[in-house]
Amino acid sequence: MSAPKYPGFDTLALHAGQSPDPATGSRAVPIYATTSYVFRSSEHAASLFNMERAGHVYSRISNPTVAVLEERVAALEGGVGAIATASGQAALHLAIATLLDAGQHVVASGSLYGGSHNLLGYTLKRFGIDTTFVSPRDLDAWHAALRPNTRLVFGETLGNPGLDVLDIPAVAQIAHAARVPLLVDSTFTTPYLMQPFTLGADLLYHSATKFLGGHGTVIGGVLVDSGRFDWEASGKFPQLTAPYAGFHGMDFEEESGTRAFLLRARREGLRDFGACMAAMTAFQILQGIETLHLRMPRHVENTRKVVAFLAAHPMVDRVMYPELAEHPDHALAGRLLPRGAGAVFSFDLKSGREGGKRFIESLHVFSHLANVGDAKSLVIHPASTTHYRMSDDDLKLAGIGAGTVRLSIGLEDAGDLIGDLERGLKAAR
Amino acid sequence: MNLVVDGKRVFAYTAAHALDPAKPSVVFLHGAGLDHSWFALQSRYFGYHGRNVLALDLPGHGRSEGPPLASIEGLAEWVMRVLDGAGIAKASLVGHSMGSLAALECAARHPQRVERIALIGTAFPMKVGDAFLEAARKNEHTAFDMETIWGHAPQVPLGGNPYPGMWMYGDTLARLERLAPGVLHAGLKACNDYAAGLESAAKVKSPALFILGQRDQMTPPRAAKALVQAIAGARTVSVAAAGHSLMAEAPDAVLDVLIEFLA
Repeated sequence: MSAPKYPGFDTLALHAGQSPDPATGSRAVPIYATTSYVFRSSEHAASLFNMERAGHVYSRISNPTVAVLEERVAALEGGVGAIATASGQAALHLAIATLLDAGQHVVASGSLYGGSHNLLGYTLKRFGIDTTFVSPRDLDAWHAALRPNTRLVFGETLGNPGLDVLDIPAVAQIAHAARVPLLVDSTFTTPYLMQPFTLGADLLYHSATKFLGGHGTVIGGVLVDSGRFDWEASGKFPQLTAPYAGFHGMDFEEESGTRAFLLRARREGLRDFGACMAAMTAFQILQGIETLHLRMPRHVENTRKVVAFLAAHPMVDRVMYPELAEHPDHALAGRLLPRGAGAVFSFDLKSGREGGKRFIESLHVFSHLANVGDAKSLVIHPASTTHYRMSDDDLKLAGIGAGTVRLSIGLEDAGDLIGDLERGLKAAR
Repeated sequence: MNLVVDGKRVFAYTAAHALDPAKPSVVFLHGAGLDHSWFALQSRYFGYHGRNVLALDLPGHGRSEGPPLASIEGLAEWVMRVLDGAGIAKASLVGHSMGSLAALECAARHPQRVERIALIGTAFPMKVGDAFLEAARKNEHTAFDMETIWGHAPQVPLGGNPYPGMWMYGDTLARLERLAPGVLHAGLKACNDYAAGLESAAKVKSPALFILGQRDQMTPPRAAKALVQAIAGARTVSVAAAGHSLMAEAPDAVLDVLIEFLA
């Protein structure tokens, strides 16, 4: 008897989460543009509310179109399930709000998307949740930053914008020794380039706005749980392992085992904070995911060509891409990212801030805007835009200089992209 | 609630209700490698509708201490000791897969304590392939893969989960990966070695219900036929499109049948 096989990634990207619509036979995922769902009877209504039956009640909590996206991303990541949110930031907030109370603490990489840094470094402080930022490459610093009240360890699979590769197996080990989970932002890598749960991460999220949607058309996030972290054994998460008055005395772990985190995140987090995803948004992100396995190799192929061009250019001081031998995480990237180190990277111009401005304003194919992961190529100057609220010290920790330019490489002809960059570099002199 | 049976901690999900001797009781018995929450929706329903519910974590599974028990007969006697510990004289038993064989054996051995039995995803003999058993004996991940893939209908990885946002394969795998070494093998071997099925079925006097998934790859409906015929008056409900994990794949269909049967 031979071992059975799981469906391949490409098949899951197209099918997971959806069977043809039982009502109409629709092959494409129907867009259920409805707020609510008619109960079959009073008894049925009561049993849905009390979680005695599976189903949808109100689209802030769950929606059939959104559920397809959630199940599909969970399948691609190898998780127990997922929750789609209004944005990637909403996914990060939902994870933290589900697990942490005031007075508790996060250890996070200092090399984060500016919005995430802001949430952790400033906004959550107002609510009594503190964060210690550490250099993602300094494993001793991760360990030293842990406190008795630490409840979460957090980093990006590829740090923004210096592309620090998070040593997930090592950082997960540090987190697990402290009986806390590791959450990673997997936006830059997507499940096509890396599946963090296989490396030891416990929770992950995507800004689905980026490569999952892939076309720069919608804002959305997806939070995924591996189901591997044992909340009961940890003993540090009464939020999941003790009766909760806010949900009829439910002990989420006792109720649902591996589904405890997602159960509370959905039943409390979506119910009370309300940062849910609209059905139309889910449909558009699903359209993107259906070609993720085709787009990502091309994103990486184009990136490698552009990186090679810039690395050899006299106007460029350094290129920060982990596939280059001089990148500090070159060996780690070879181990954790064998399919490629993504399509977003940064480089430093020799001509500094003013040269950077002239460079960006001379580009025609690259679009100057605040996003990454679009099918179209994008460019931005992080120190004055995405990371402008960070102090000089924090900018240094994140590997951002005055002349650092971030590119997101799209699916255009690579020769056209290089020609555009040549024009910009000429202007930057 | 936690009980102590044979000096070991036993966890029983009671749907957040204290046991009431005046109420009828339902005991849920899960399959090899799984836990009480495999019956999450169904057990919660009965806990909130006038029943004492004991959805057990079998020894070595979920929150119950090990070691796992080595035989179906041993499991059946253990269930009786759990009922003793909980102060329950008589109960209906709902068992899935390995748990269904334990429920059958309980009904045959202790007819005075078993009101009704519902056997879900069952078969006799419940033979387990050599490769599966061997992989489980060696604690190889392949055993978890086999349980996950064969434990669901073929369309499950491509179909929509009734639980919004959940990935059924991932959920099963996550449970299996939490098991202590040897637990899955003990359960599979107990099913494989169980020989008393027909003899015990002939002794069953309580009403019996079979709930079978038409697309069950582990215990296909034809494999339950002998058992169905051996229990006088047994009723069978076949659930279209469901595989071996009926409670997760078709939770409402299973609940509706149980509501009617246990009424």
